[in-house]
Amino acid sequence: MSFPRALVLRAAGINCEQETKTACERAGFWADVHHVNRLVERTELLHNYHLLVVPGGFSYGDDLGAGKILGNEIAARLGEELRGFVRDGKLVLGICNGFQVLVRAGLLPDPFSPGPNRVALAANDSGRYEDRWVYLKICSPKSEFLKEEEVIQLPVAHGEGKFVCRSPEVLTKLEAGGQVVLRYVDRDGGEAGYPWNPNGSAGGVAGICDPTGRVFGLMPHPERFQDAVNHPQWVRKGKDLRPDGLLVFRNACEYVKGRLI
Amino acid sequence: MIWRFDVRARPGVDDSAGRRAAAALRDAGLAGAREVAAVRIYLVEADWDDATARRAGAGLFIDPVLEDFTLGRAEEPPRVPPDAGVLLVFKKPGVMDPVEESALKAAADLGFPTRRVRTGTRFEVRGRFEPGALRALAGKALANEAVDEVSLGERSFESIALGHPYRFRLLGYDFLNAGDDDLAEIGRKLGLSLTAKELRRIQEHFRGAGRNPTDVELETLAQTWSEHCKHKTFTGDIVYGGELVQNLLKSTIMKATRDLARPWCVSVFKDNAGIIEFDDKHNVCFKVETHNHPSAIDPYGGANTGLGGVIRDVLGCGLGARPVCSTDVFCVGSPDAAEDAVPPGVIHPRRILSGVVAGVRDYGNRMGIPTVNGAVLCDPRYVANPLVFCGTVGILPKGKSVKEVMAGDAIVLVGGRTGRDGIHGATFSSAELHDKSEEVSGGAVQIGNAIMEKRVLDTILQARDRDLFTSITDCGAGGLSSAVGEMGANTGAEVDLEKVPLKYEGLTYSEIWISEAQERMVLAVPPARVAELLKLFASENVEATAIGRFTDDGDLHLRYEGKSVGNLDMEFLHEGLPRWSRTASYSPKPGREPLLPEKKGYGADLHAILSSWNVCSKEWIVRQYDHEVQGGSVIKPLVGAGNDGPGDAAVVRPVLRHYKGLAIGCGINPRYSDLSAYDMAACAIDEAVRNVVAVGGDPARTALLDNFCWGSPEDPENLGALLHAARACHDMALAYGTPFISGKDSLNNEFRVGDRRIVIPHTLLISALSIVEDVRRCTTMDAKGVGDLIYVVGTTKNELGGSHYYLLHGELGANVPKVDAVRGRRLFEAMASAVRAGVVRACHDLSEGGLATAAAEMAFAGDLGIGLELARVPCSIEVDRDDQVLFSESATRFLVEVREKDADRFERMLAGVACAAVGEVLHDKRLVVKGRSGKVVVDEKIADLHESWKKPMRW
Repeated sequence: MSFPRALVLRAAGINCEQETKTACERAGFWADVHHVNRLVERTELLHNYHLLVVPGGFSYGDDLGAGKILGNEIAARLGEELRGFVRDGKLVLGICNGFQVLVRAGLLPDPFSPGPNRVALAANDSGRYEDRWVYLKICSPKSEFLKEEEVIQLPVAHGEGKFVCRSPEVLTKLEAGGQVVLRYVDRDGGEAGYPWNPNGSAGGVAGICDPTGRVFGLMPHPERFQDAVNHPQWVRKGKDLRPDGLLVFRNACEYVKGRLI
Repeated sequence: MIWRFDVRARPGVDDSAGRRAAAALRDAGLAGAREVAAVRIYLVEADWDDATARRAGAGLFIDPVLEDFTLGRAEEPPRVPPDAGVLLVFKKPGVMDPVEESALKAAADLGFPTRRVRTGTRFEVRGRFEPGALRALAGKALANEAVDEVSLGERSFESIALGHPYRFRLLGYDFLNAGDDDLAEIGRKLGLSLTAKELRRIQEHFRGAGRNPTDVELETLAQTWSEHCKHKTFTGDIVYGGELVQNLLKSTIMKATRDLARPWCVSVFKDNAGIIEFDDKHNVCFKVETHNHPSAIDPYGGANTGLGGVIRDVLGCGLGARPVCSTDVFCVGSPDAAEDAVPPGVIHPRRILSGVVAGVRDYGNRMGIPTVNGAVLCDPRYVANPLVFCGTVGILPKGKSVKEVMAGDAIVLVGGRTGRDGIHGATFSSAELHDKSEEVSGGAVQIGNAIMEKRVLDTILQARDRDLFTSITDCGAGGLSSAVGEMGANTGAEVDLEKVPLKYEGLTYSEIWISEAQERMVLAVPPARVAELLKLFASENVEATAIGRFTDDGDLHLRYEGKSVGNLDMEFLHEGLPRWSRTASYSPKPGREPLLPEKKGYGADLHAILSSWNVCSKEWIVRQYDHEVQGGSVIKPLVGAGNDGPGDAAVVRPVLRHYKGLAIGCGINPRYSDLSAYDMAACAIDEAVRNVVAVGGDPARTALLDNFCWGSPEDPENLGALLHAARACHDMALAYGTPFISGKDSLNNEFRVGDRRIVIPHTLLISALSIVEDVRRCTTMDAKGVGDLIYVVGTTKNELGGSHYYLLHGELGANVPKVDAVRGRRLFEAMASAVRAGVVRACHDLSEGGLATAAAEMAFAGDLGIGLELARVPCSIEVDRDDQVLFSESATRFLVEVREKDADRFERMLAGVACAAVGEVLHDKRLVVKGRSGKVVVDEKIADLHESWKKPMRW
């Protein structure tokens, strides 16, 4: 295992697995896509990898709630293995539906603190699924996926991405612990209302990590900005734009190279 | 025992479903509906004790941060709050509810064995209103009674089981001794939609065989011989004047493709979709379908399954293609039509549009296929018969583009289970709608299960890559009867109908055979591969069942529990249909050019055109579609400085390893057909090609698709118009060198209420698929740099007939735009090379609303001003008014932005083509147009024009 390896999870209704795999590869990972059934049959498969990505989509149609059924399945069948995976210093990334899954599975905001969920991703304030590009501020270096404080651009595409906490104290604690990694901001990096905050998230939260910084979930889609021509204004800005989405995967790759191999 | 879980938002948490329901009720006319609580209901049949049920509820049905639940027994309904009206909405028994299957899986995961689940919604409505009014409006606002069961107040549920045991009984019909009236009566009773001549042909055939047909044989013939499946009009005889046209399709559209003989056309008019070459490893395929009549009755389900169906066409193309993007075009009545302008039994256009958008959204987004291009057209004549076009592009390996069934192959049915859904879809879509269609044809309406189809897709592509099957097709209209009938046409097939997995008991063998249950595909599997294939499908939790085999005897043999129920000769089934012969005439009312007064300023007209339904921003729709999934998005449907300008065509990269891509565009303008069906069709083709060229598509590598939606072909005028439009397709395809690779027609788009008949305008959608050699050369329509030159390319003529400008003034006019295809081809080639060379900074096609509209759109999309001088616009000699230059809809024209330093090069590349610099990009954010005399005729703030364009559909 001398090179970084990523496992991109697939399940009924997950639909971003191929471009997520490509993004991993562009960042330097060797990436495989596996169906959750294979992982449940052979949990040891997990140990071949340094990064687990739960990609976007509509796992099981989001029936019973976004990410709910796959989250339950992962908690019930893979929960212990995944906690071990994180304990071993490995990385877990949940994108969009994958973020919802990690929350439902209890891996976010803290895989090692059992108990009822404290956060959720609820229906957008607009009441609609929306696909649009947003500005995001990296506001904590805590996660291993995003480090530099800067404003980046990525697309969101979801109907249920409004970050909600069970109580205001939960958000305060996440903020104090540096677990709020990404916030929706306006063009100038300031606090944002709709449509810059596309869903009405509390505190503009777009992505959080666990206290170790190794489990990261975000609603925006970094894999959809892996090439300059993905940007909605590349024709205006030139085809040498930096694809911001690759930062997430590149940082993960650097981490794996520096710490795990 | 049946448990009932009622799930509602926790206090303090936004109940967005309730909020939407309240708004919908108020919109529908229940002004007093102040507040609605939406409560999700799960009815669960399981042997749980109280504690288990409580744990299951907490683990399965709620998010503890957002929701609470109450638990009860389904036979004892919860009380109705004294201050609220309560409505229960459940899907009618047998209507697809994907949640049920998911809930069973989820319960099993958590160790709660469960037999059945049914879901519904309880709306608690507070405010001041009559309960009767609430019940009456609920069918409009909160449910669709074609598929939903609505009840006012609470109710108990004693059982949620479906179906009943079936006892086999073979049904036959006496054809041998039947007269014409008897035959017609049998046809009516079975809902066969066959003509007297066809019924007599069947009688003749069975007299020859010396026996009576069984019900399943008649159903099979009716499905296979339906207009929907056989395109009898397009392939029949047409008598037009003194002329006999045999097979319009072959003699026009297919002939052009054959004559062009493009080497990159891999498979045309053969498979489920047309296939062309893409890169050295892949081909791409494209298919566009309509789903009009189902969408009229249930817009959500109709569009949902419309998209699901065309995705299956692509999945069943060659040996299976992976869908890479979708398109949708909707034609509806005016969304602001008065309620009383909508005929009885018809859904209001705004609700139709919202419903079809939601249907496409939910299927496309869930499948993970970006919806990247489309259009919305409004005309009062679509009010009762909306049109819903859904298209899908797929990619497949070069070696997997041909299929061939081998005798001996197993017939394997994969995907969803079969229920009584959608019985008679093929025959229903071939008949006209009327004001009782909803009641009579409800069974033909369905809702899709996108996640099932995604699972089928994922698994089929793996099976394809492991060479596990030799042929594949989708179960579409006509269900198994069409799928197996077509696949086995050259071999023969035998099917054991009791092997087909059912959703519930009670289906007759005949219903199993013709059910149009969604998300099913049929594979031909070599016997040695069956075990491996079944194992693969099981590993992905997709049901796959061998239900018979392909034979070599040329017969279609159907059995139920070992007993023969049908035996048809494949040749009679496919070739026995009597040839249709119809008479056509064509004499459209001659138009008249109106005498509109010339004005000093045209700003108000421009604002009005930008606010018209056909032109205004469709952002409300586009944002609801995932148009970026798969990561290949290059030119999005919305472009420009604010990501909200109207892109001309979409560009995607289906393979992320290189920069070769596909441009997808469309052309449609039914209003022109009121003047000339031929020119309408020619303009649609010109527009489709224009759109793909505008972004960087290669006109020499562009393929076209046709979708004709017409009124009844029994009306000679309709048929005459069809003939003219088809001839335009032939002529234009040849002239532009753009072959047709696939097409479809949907006739009988008429609505009857009493003795009134509403016929849709002749509507032809042309879809274009163009190869882009390097997507990094593509461009967009938004103005980009102050001081850049603005060119008009192409000649503006006095062609306001059928234009938006005339529509605005209640006129039709006479001078319909005509395409000069010889010049047009040269122009497209020159423009394409200029875009490729990188000298085109922005390019927008001129279409509805003409030059003024295009300039306004280019300016506000770029958040910059534009100044134009009409005197410099290349015009034909007869143009003598400012409004003609501003609003003429002449074909083959572009508005182009060029950097000053590139101007010479651009002009050299456009040498020989009508092209002139007519203005420049301004720092001042205004659109300023000087008329032919030099006086300013338009001077408007960009922000105001932008607002006029965005306002109408800000829903």
